[in-house]
Amino acid sequence: MYVAVKGGEKAIDNAHAWLAEERRGDPSVAELSVPQIREQLKLSVNRVMAEGSLYDPDLAALAIKQSRGDLIEAVFLIRAYRTTLPRFAASNPVETAKMAVDRRISATFKDLPGGQILGPTFDYTHRLLDFKLMAEGELPTAPTAPASGEAVPHVTGLLAQGGLIQPEPQTDEMPPDLTREPLELPANRALRQQALTRGDEGFVLSLAYSTQRGYGRTHAFVGELRIGRVGVSVNIPELGFAVEIGEIELTECETVNQFTGSKTEPPQFTRGYGLVLGQSERKAISVSLVDRALRWAELGEDFIGAPAQDQEFVLSHCDNVQATGFLEHIKLPHYVDFQAELELIRRLRSEAIAEAAE
Amino acid sequence: MTEQPDLARKGWMSLLAKAPAARLAELFPNLPPHDVLRAPECGAVMVQGRIGGTGAPFNLGEMTVTRCSVVLADGQVGHAWVQGRDKSHAQRAAVLDALLQSGAADAQLQVLDVLAAEAGLAKTARATKAAATKVDFFTMVRGED
Repeated sequence: MYVAVKGGEKAIDNAHAWLAEERRGDPSVAELSVPQIREQLKLSVNRVMAEGSLYDPDLAALAIKQSRGDLIEAVFLIRAYRTTLPRFAASNPVETAKMAVDRRISATFKDLPGGQILGPTFDYTHRLLDFKLMAEGELPTAPTAPASGEAVPHVTGLLAQGGLIQPEPQTDEMPPDLTREPLELPANRALRQQALTRGDEGFVLSLAYSTQRGYGRTHAFVGELRIGRVGVSVNIPELGFAVEIGEIELTECETVNQFTGSKTEPPQFTRGYGLVLGQSERKAISVSLVDRALRWAELGEDFIGAPAQDQEFVLSHCDNVQATGFLEHIKLPHYVDFQAELELIRRLRSEAIAEAAE
Repeated sequence: MTEQPDLARKGWMSLLAKAPAARLAELFPNLPPHDVLRAPECGAVMVQGRIGGTGAPFNLGEMTVTRCSVVLADGQVGHAWVQGRDKSHAQRAAVLDALLQSGAADAQLQVLDVLAAEAGLAKTARATKAAATKVDFFTMVRGED
């Protein structure tokens, strides 16, 4: 039980003033600006946007500055801000096939239309600390090559042509929205996608890893991973037509997984899918693996009791704002609760001691 | 919907919405007299994706959007929805939308053509960097005994 308490206002004010001073750090070191965070800590900004579920790099950078780099605290700030915004509309579904790709790789086909484009990746770096970054260096420049402008079709589309992979039937039903209605189980795949894409990266990563280690194994190949910008088109009510009002960066992962088949259907590969705001490939791959593991019932697979197969477990625990809120509330005053426990344990002890003495 | 989707208007509304706010202000600093029908307002649009890229829609997350509607002295109405939270960006885009509907040739030249060229350059610049990271596979020659 939580009982309201008063007092400590002065202590709280002073604690917040000290927090502000600590946030600033050593005043002889230049203050970090929000644009610096936005431009140079971009992957942190992306994570805060994805888990905060709001695409706005400036706000995410501000949240990171305010939270002193505590990304879950920053996500919390963004979620709180998000609730103050009126919802104007839902966009038309983004067309990831038309993405202007910075990166596009496939682990299933070496040669494919559009090619393997590495983009600005950490892959193939040696993970050795680069001490040159401690000094102010020259402005780095990326080499260029003529862009072919050729289409970069989805790899799963190539497999679908031969009927080798399950089709993903296109519908236009309004998806359920976690931010409007509380989570109800069982959740359909659209709702699970929303929950996973805003879920905690570490939690979703660990669940995905658990499937690779045998807890709900689905034999995933990364059919394709792409990162780039897509236009966001919205039907403007006052105009009666759609306008592309902005562009966002997304990471999309499609996995090609173990097949299913039946007496009537020949075997086919199955799919896992992950789409995440910003450049966040670890998260997108993780979402795809967990998405696929959660589809066991629909695909006629066995429930082996693996955590990643249990949608109640996954969806109830993947949100780090909910998790941290409940976890951290136990540090708030529980004086009355604890007094009751103290009285109980004193009584039990005195009874036990009295019994032993008899 | 009685109105025919106006392709040119769709195009300029999009160009104005996606333009960097500071650049737009530089290209078109002085707004003609106008009244605000709907004051610039910040809100959110829920961005949807499709499962598997092609399947059922789902809610991916929101993005910040600012919208505004204005009317010029001659009665021409303009609207804008722009990404982000810059109210002056939305208002400037709405005024330009009204002007362009009246066939303002100078706004076309002074703003749209410049923005379109710059957006094209920015896109190409990224695409050429991506192209430089495209893998050229070569097959190792196998030793034959």
